[in-house]
Amino acid sequence: MSEFPLLLENSVITLQEAFIGLLLGVSVGFCVAVLMDTFNALYKAFYPLLIITQTIPSVAIAPLLVLWFGYEMTPKIVLIVISTFFPVTVGLLDGFRSADKDAIGLLRSMGASRIQVFRYIKFPSALPQLFSGLRIAAAYSVVGAVISEWLGGFGGLGVYMTRVKKAFAFDKMFAVIFLISAISLALMALVGFAEKKCMPYRNTNEKEKKV
Amino acid sequence: MNKLEVKNISKSFGDNHVLNDISIELNRGELVCLLGVSGGGKTTLFNIISGLLTPDKGQVLLDGNNITNQPGHISYMLQKDLLLPYRTIEDNAALPLLLKGVKKKEARMQVSPMFRQFGLEGTQKKYPAQLSGGMRQRAALLRTYMFSKDVALLDEPFSALDTITKSSMHKWYLNVMEKIQLSTLFITHDIDEAILISDRIYLLSGSPGEITGEIVIKEPKPRREDFNLTEEFLEYKRKILSLL
Ligand SMILES: Nc1ncnc2c1ncn2[C@@H]1O[C@H](COP(=O)(O)OP(=O)(O)OP(=O)(O)O)[C@@H](O)[C@H]1O
Ligand SMILES: [Mg+2]
Repeated sequence: MSEFPLLLENSVITLQEAFIGLLLGVSVGFCVAVLMDTFNALYKAFYPLLIITQTIPSVAIAPLLVLWFGYEMTPKIVLIVISTFFPVTVGLLDGFRSADKDAIGLLRSMGASRIQVFRYIKFPSALPQLFSGLRIAAAYSVVGAVISEWLGGFGGLGVYMTRVKKAFAFDKMFAVIFLISAISLALMALVGFAEKKCMPYRNTNEKEKKV
Repeated sequence: MNKLEVKNISKSFGDNHVLNDISIELNRGELVCLLGVSGGGKTTLFNIISGLLTPDKGQVLLDGNNITNQPGHISYMLQKDLLLPYRTIEDNAALPLLLKGVKKKEARMQVSPMFRQFGLEGTQKKYPAQLSGGMRQRAALLRTYMFSKDVALLDEPFSALDTITKSSMHKWYLNVMEKIQLSTLFITHDIDEAILISDRIYLLSGSPGEITGEIVIKEPKPRREDFNLTEEFLEYKRKILSLL
């Protein structure tokens, strides 16, 4: 337990990377999804490409990123962005496409603009899929941070892990694994909380079903 | 002048000739039914009148102005209620105002006095899933009314309801119509409903859709309590059946 402050310090670094990476990844994912939904040509051209990016194992590109961006935070963030934007983009794209065509017709009959159709129909229809994607992205972000630290860095739980591994300190190893899981779970819980806040109508539905 | 005039509309989807030279008129404050078989092209005609679809031939005139192909002029209630499940009833009803750029608070204030008239008191903060079918339909009617108090197209607004709810909706609807003087085109395939609520009925036959008859219901409004049990009512019904 003497190493608790050290552990905390490293967790903060990892959490920081995961958080910034996730935020950027979600933003990128959102923009890509909106662009691909608006321009059908982009959708056709980039959807297969999007899938291919996901078949590349992140462990394989992490060393490359270290080579290009050094040992600081940048390569970690880049890796997290690469691995988190995908579930968000795919979730949103499916969500946009699931929007009720008649509801869009109704809004158009009321003279709604494209932006209004997006705001009132498409985006809210995609919220459930967005949150499923976010939950996966949250888990990926922590794993991504740890892996990239592992392969080169000055601080973070990944770096700490390689250090205790070299010292054969298995108890500490388990402590770190436990901590990483806990952080992932906490992030996912946060997403779940946001989900409940953003979709209050869902809660009322469930209540009614149970009655 | 006619409020709404539909002139010589034709429409095909590929080889499927759906509408053939349809011409109808709607006068101010009138309720006109479009009665026809399923698949006859009634919804297609409404999509054209509302500007969502382009006709192959023909024109739509509102107060004499050509509005063919221009959405945003006429209230349109589609075949489903299409209330947004993620918005409260009050915000659903206020949607047309929000789309016109009215601020949320102001929009809510404008719809709120209508809730009583539409029998929706106390549902302002509820979500559509918490309402019964009849109430949802009334909420959708309120939203339609909030868009324009001028001309409304209603596509089978009551067809999803059971007969008891439906007949109480008819009573309520005729009552409200008395007060709000909306010019309405109403689609139905329920003959009784058409006779009960309309001033005039157009009969539309299927493949390709053509107007095959026009019937004026002379019974004064508001209609008698037992109008649907009278000999006159049966007479109208016989006439319609013979023409369909
Ligand atoms: N967008 C479309 N593309 C191709 N065909 C269509 C389209 N919309 C309607 N149709 C066809 O046009 C015909 C008429 O359909 P429409 O929905 O207008 O009938 P309707 O009279 O409203 O029927 P119902 O009473 O069942 O609602 C049908 O044969 C349908 O398949
Ligand atoms: Mg129809």
